[in-house]
Amino acid sequence: MTMLAPLRPVAGNSFDVAWIRREFPVFERNPGLVFLDTAASAQKPRSVIDGIAEFYRSDYANVHRGVYGLSARSTARFEGARETVRRFLNAADVSEIVFVRGATEGLNLVAQSWGATFLKPGDQVLLSALEHHSNIVPWQQLRDRLGLELVIVPLDSSGGLDVAAFERLLTPRTRLVAITHIANVTGHVVPAAALVRLAHARGAKILLDGCQAVPRLPVDVQALDCDFYVLSGHKCYGPTGIGVLYAKRAILDAMPPWQSGGDMITTVTFERTTYQEPPQRFEAGTPDISGAIGLALALDFMDQVGRTTIRDHEQALTRYARDRLATMPGVSVVGAGSECLGVVSFTVDGVHPHDLATIFDQSNVAIRAGHHCAQPLMDTLGLAATARASFGIYSDESDVDALVTAIRAAQRLFDRPVQG
Amino acid sequence: MDLRELYQDIILDHGRHPRNFGALSDASHFAHGHNPLCGDKVTIFVKLDGDRIVEARFEGHGCAISTASASLMTEVVKNKTLAEADALFQNFHTKVTGGEQIALPAALEDDGDRLEPLAGVKSYPARVKCATLAWHTFEAAMHAGSIAAAVKTE
Repeated sequence: MTMLAPLRPVAGNSFDVAWIRREFPVFERNPGLVFLDTAASAQKPRSVIDGIAEFYRSDYANVHRGVYGLSARSTARFEGARETVRRFLNAADVSEIVFVRGATEGLNLVAQSWGATFLKPGDQVLLSALEHHSNIVPWQQLRDRLGLELVIVPLDSSGGLDVAAFERLLTPRTRLVAITHIANVTGHVVPAAALVRLAHARGAKILLDGCQAVPRLPVDVQALDCDFYVLSGHKCYGPTGIGVLYAKRAILDAMPPWQSGGDMITTVTFERTTYQEPPQRFEAGTPDISGAIGLALALDFMDQVGRTTIRDHEQALTRYARDRLATMPGVSVVGAGSECLGVVSFTVDGVHPHDLATIFDQSNVAIRAGHHCAQPLMDTLGLAATARASFGIYSDESDVDALVTAIRAAQRLFDRPVQG
Repeated sequence: MDLRELYQDIILDHGRHPRNFGALSDASHFAHGHNPLCGDKVTIFVKLDGDRIVEARFEGHGCAISTASASLMTEVVKNKTLAEADALFQNFHTKVTGGEQIALPAALEDDGDRLEPLAGVKSYPARVKCATLAWHTFEAAMHAGSIAAAVKTE
């Protein structure tokens, strides 16, 4: 097993970004890179990249099958990764951790297994105006199949979730609330624990989409008391192709399989099949073994840095970025409030976000431009597109300063007098 | 590549002040174009007299490249036959994708030159779709007859 390099101690509140950056080879291979697109996908630390390769060299075989030593080692690593995720999320039991391809697959699993089994025509599913397409479309498909009603919680004046409206829109017909923990366009953090209490008081189950939250906040699913929680590995410094669905064991027990095949069965005859207990019931076929191990290494990395340290760092950086952008003439930051974490969306008068992204790229500043897979939110905000800068564990104020300089360059280029 | 080669004066001018902008109430053909990747939207309106384009206008929102391209397109296709407009599109397409140039008939060379400022996008592969959205939408409008058509570039 690969050991992580020991982290240099972090003195007081200071966050040694220079050390962190050295652990991410992408910055060594791309000198001058100002990476501000972590909300789309995070870069990978050396421990993840090398750890996956080392696993393939030393311990790889298929899991849950072989009686030989190598397969036993591989299985131990894979199930060890599940335990790492359990500890990271503070789930009550390791069987509550289902490995999936990503948050998208986790959401589809809940919709197709739990939703299709327990929701009835006329039931309501409560979503918010902040959602990513992946937390909208599976519910729309289910609505069309079952005759459900989707109810959308609006935004408040700051662009965050309107909690009073949330409370008002919860009815006895609300069977499920599916809501993002941190909005991917504006960075708004929703008051997740309060929403869970409100949903439960009405007898509804609640799912939280933790894609943007897990890399930025300490998440404790028992303290939150949510029923479902999904995350994508690649957004929290792990590999692509792996994600996690957390669900309470009693709920998983009642859910039927959604995909079927090997590894999720106990006995198969041509007449009938009996299924495994959770989580294997939901993991048909050979899983993404190295992906799970890579994810566990990524979570270990975050734990070594310290999750409250990461949150404080992202909070300070987000505040710095919002303050800098807000004072720039011609620049508008999307959404207000101090509750935003890790993500800043903005527009620049007279320069379309797509043009901004191209111009920034000339100075090695990588941002995202467009609708960020949240078209209903963009419609609500009355914007066709925004530019979005998002931060990670390796980001610091110099990245924000480079962004400010790039915005000024774009304004100079576009505001110049031209000959028609 | 210098950004000024991409964002030439003519691009910024047409981006800020698009020509032939706004719906055409007596259009014989129109189509909606959409780039789902970035959200750019354009609607192209054309009025045909026989096989001659007597009017071309557009509506929508997008970046400087897609707006300028739509604006310049409506200028150059006006008073052209469908075959001439198609020749201009083929030539334009190779200009912005960096493919082997398709020569234009002498009568269309001036119009081809008017589209030259957009050739800078060939150095920016992610932006080629911005420059071609209006043209693909124009083509869809023509091929769909007088029925509204939708085109997507992604």
